[in-house]
Amino acid sequence: MADTLIAPNDKDLLKDEPVKYINELTTLNLGPTHPATHGIFQNILQMDGEKIVSGEQTIGYIHRAFEKIAERRPFYQITTLTDRMNYCSSPINNLGWNMTVEKMLGIEVPKRAQYIRVIMMELARISDHLICNGILGVDTGAFTGFLYLFEERENIYEIYEEVCGARLTTNMGRFGGMERDLSPVAQQKIRKFLKTFPAVMKEFETLFNRNRIFMDRTVDVGPLSKKMAMDYGFTGPNLRAAGIDYDVRVMNPYSSYEDFQFDIPVGENGDTYDRFMVRNEEIWQSLRIIQQAMDNLPEGPYFADAPEYYLPPKKDVYNNMEALIYHFKIVMGEIDAPVAEVYHAVEGGNGELGFYLISDGGRAPYRLHFRRPSFIYYQAFAEMCKGITLSDAIVIMSSLNVIAGELDA
Amino acid sequence: MLTNQEVAEDLVKKYGADVFDFEDPFDLLTLSTTREQIVPMLGYLKAHASFQITFLTDITGVHYPDSPGQEFCVVYHAHSWVHNFRVRIKVFLAEADLHIPTAIPVHACANWMERETFDFFGIIFDGHPKLIRILNMEDMDYHPMRKQYPLEDGTRQDKVDALFGR
Repeated sequence: MADTLIAPNDKDLLKDEPVKYINELTTLNLGPTHPATHGIFQNILQMDGEKIVSGEQTIGYIHRAFEKIAERRPFYQITTLTDRMNYCSSPINNLGWNMTVEKMLGIEVPKRAQYIRVIMMELARISDHLICNGILGVDTGAFTGFLYLFEERENIYEIYEEVCGARLTTNMGRFGGMERDLSPVAQQKIRKFLKTFPAVMKEFETLFNRNRIFMDRTVDVGPLSKKMAMDYGFTGPNLRAAGIDYDVRVMNPYSSYEDFQFDIPVGENGDTYDRFMVRNEEIWQSLRIIQQAMDNLPEGPYFADAPEYYLPPKKDVYNNMEALIYHFKIVMGEIDAPVAEVYHAVEGGNGELGFYLISDGGRAPYRLHFRRPSFIYYQAFAEMCKGITLSDAIVIMSSLNVIAGELDA
Repeated sequence: MLTNQEVAEDLVKKYGADVFDFEDPFDLLTLSTTREQIVPMLGYLKAHASFQITFLTDITGVHYPDSPGQEFCVVYHAHSWVHNFRVRIKVFLAEADLHIPTAIPVHACANWMERETFDFFGIIFDGHPKLIRILNMEDMDYHPMRKQYPLEDGTRQDKVDALFGR
């Protein structure tokens, strides 16, 4: 630790002794409501001047006890809990949970529904990465890129609206498929997005990728070695920036991801710049996947033939006794669940989003645990910001894309 | 491609009677062990030359109040990225003695996962450098995920399972 100069007070100056230099650290509260944390969590930093000596995170400010609530709720009502975790990419959370329950119930989802899901999940990934990279720009002093991107994010939210009726907390998908087919309007909006978005993304990349100021702020800031990334449980773009090509979509393909051609971008040093570049490239790859899914969208039903679990069409509910019974049973949460133990993982915006579900055959899960990627890798932040300046710590935190809702569940 | 059989046989050879209750729900190898063996076993799987189960995916707890002597369960999920092989290891603990050694020496990421498990279930991870609550407030005096804390009023009649033929 370097000696710190502390201004001597006036009384000491009057004395006839040499001025003493005192070692003193400043405690700085970064958060809980600091604008640079982009969410409600606190970092208690021990500062030596502008350098961080040690840090400690305090989290849990928006803990909502989702796992406990889930033990009392019917399965389909838990979908609304999941989209409040990573609210930047809610459809991935929703559909991941739906797939977990489908795995438990043994429902085979038709190809068309799987493709619609892939389209929605990749749109969600794009919007998640847009927020992270846009805000990284804001934190390094460039507001413009953020505003350019948010216009496109708005378009993604309009697609969500067309598909499920909601924008942020989407509650998308049902056990067995999607709640409605991809309407012509939705298809047209997705095609329009595929046409207009690349130009905006190119412009954003031109603004940042070789920008001297941006590179000075991010290159070699917060490097992450392969070993450290694995030790600290990193997954997702942050892990891939460190050079490990682990992606759940490729290793354990779900929802027909094996049908699509896409690359997994990896970084080299795992620094902030690599994380930024990996996310940018993933946006391009997501676009590729959406394009393929739209071009090869199979015909057929958009929900599985599983009347005990999938809400019947409203017309049938009014005209058909059997459909009415199913409707009542499903809405009351009285679906038959087997005794089972399932772990299902999807590639969320931040990494491996896992659902560990234990069912005892009751109307609600016996135990449901969410493996939230940012909860697990955020513990490395204290280690990563040792010995660097405060301004770099902000940039690192921003590039890790810690989402408070996912952190606290 | 690593098979469940291969790993199970290897673990039985190495740990004998300390590994038991083998299952494979949805093709995921699930086994139980004792708390004395859990950390060495995680280390063994991590250092194993061919298995390379180096990534600790998750640690969590489960409460089974109706199984005396085995009220609590700590569940570890580990993953080998080389073979795309997942394993789930369970350790059952008695409510009277909720101690289990910490896995931090093997996997650094166990730190917060163990704190979370302690926070919600009260399971004490011996050797953990800072075993304090993580998501709940520090002056809370109970562990909320235990089954004795119901979410709703216990006298409520409209959700009684018997009414629905369960």
